[in-house]
Amino acid sequence: MQDFLQHMINGLSLGSIYALIALGYTMVYGILQMINFAHSDVYMIGAFAAFYTARILGIENSPGFSTLIILLISSMVACSLLGLAIERFAYRPLRKAPKLNILITAIGVSLLLEYSSQILFGADPKVFPEIMQDSVLAEFGLVQLKISDITVLGVSVVAMLALNYIIQKTKIGKAMRAVSVNARVASMLGVNVNTVISMTFVVGSSLAGIGSVLVGMKYPKIDPLMGMMIGLKAFVAAVLGGIGNIMGAVLGGLLMGLSEEYVVAYFSSTYRDALAFGILILVLIFRPSGLLGKSSVEKV
Amino acid sequence: MSLLQVENLNVYYGAIHALKGISFHINEGEVVSLIGANGAGKTTTLRAISGLVDSTGGMILRGEDLQKIPAHKRVLHGLAQSPEGRGVFPQMSVQENLEMGAYSRKDKEQIKKDYDYCLTLFPRLKERLWQMAGTLSGGEQQMLAIARALMCKPKILLLDEPSLGLAPLIVAQIFDIIKTLNSQGMTILLVEQNARMALKAAHRAYVLETGTITLEGKGSDLLNNDDVRRSYLGV
Repeated sequence: MQDFLQHMINGLSLGSIYALIALGYTMVYGILQMINFAHSDVYMIGAFAAFYTARILGIENSPGFSTLIILLISSMVACSLLGLAIERFAYRPLRKAPKLNILITAIGVSLLLEYSSQILFGADPKVFPEIMQDSVLAEFGLVQLKISDITVLGVSVVAMLALNYIIQKTKIGKAMRAVSVNARVASMLGVNVNTVISMTFVVGSSLAGIGSVLVGMKYPKIDPLMGMMIGLKAFVAAVLGGIGNIMGAVLGGLLMGLSEEYVVAYFSSTYRDALAFGILILVLIFRPSGLLGKSSVEKV
Repeated sequence: MSLLQVENLNVYYGAIHALKGISFHINEGEVVSLIGANGAGKTTTLRAISGLVDSTGGMILRGEDLQKIPAHKRVLHGLAQSPEGRGVFPQMSVQENLEMGAYSRKDKEQIKKDYDYCLTLFPRLKERLWQMAGTLSGGEQQMLAIARALMCKPKILLLDEPSLGLAPLIVAQIFDIIKTLNSQGMTILLVEQNARMALKAAHRAYVLETGTITLEGKGSDLLNNDDVRRSYLGV
């Protein structure tokens, strides 16, 4: 039982990271109906931005709350700018082209980022700065609450609440919802669709930036290909929850994290990655629109 | 001078010449109907005016060249549309849909007044303010689409097939609203397949056939025109 609880904490912490990244996939899909395959590499760049910021500021070995905040901000800014640039220069010119073109372009951008990063940063893994001292905060029997897990959960919850506020309450959030349903009507009402799409990339990429710092904290090794596997899993999480659905991405991410943790704990770590793709296959066969996928209700 | 003047408007969808140089105008305070069969180019005309499709030709709204104004800014110049298929945002509440109508406006007090006005005009919407727009009936969605367009505070209201798929009783209600709005000074361009209702409601009307205007005249004259009676009224 105590094992079970411990794994639940670990799984939720991993899952909330998947959720943060899955949100980026699902938001862009919601608004452009495309899978932004470069999203996983935006995430990777976020980790490197935090890495170099820490090195330049000399805070690689000074864990604490302020380090966390500084690295989060630097990573979010870097990811936002990159997301903006990718949308502006790679996707926007193809807005009216067939969907397949933009999808292939996304794969191209992904490869470009991965391999130019290998040239730029080197292919060897780097050690991510220490952000929080990884001590045990509290212990309940054999169940340990580690500071890193609490930080991951805390930051993720704050980020998701902020996202929810932006989408539900702010003007730009309402515009995002409007554009994702019907860009034509939104534009008719005065919404600048290009601005809304840019903002969607900014928000989605920022969340990936947050995710990258949290991952760096939990698994402090970063390399230019670090985004591939976690990106795929986050993508599966988004599909599992119902792509295009914000709550779905969160739910899918948490379920992915939990199931991965339990599979590793009770079966074998060999199946860690197989699980993600097993889930993808099952979802595609039995519930292609995902758990919370919208069954479109339209009255004529 | 007319409120909206369209000269030699052309629209191409790839190789298809959808609008072949049509010209028409709408005077202030008029209801003008554009009738025609499926695929005649009625919706395309409205989309061109709203800037949702590329077009060539002149479109002058109150002395301003619409071609030079990007689609999302045309609403600031007094253009609002209740689009084909209503286009309400199904996952938003009625209130949020109405707020989207005032998206570009900053005159908070006037927005509040217009909001109250819309709810007096459509009491049904007032009863359903918090309901998701997707759960409304077709007629209520059409009312919401018109109310949302009114929230843009337009000088000219474009209505794309407001009667589509609605029960006759509801259609009559919608046309009553059109009459009321017009009597309060609203200029309306009405696109309809329901030729009889559209001609009755209109001061003037144009008949569109495969991208060309073939007839124009007073609504009442067209109602008695033999060609129109045969092709569009089924008598």
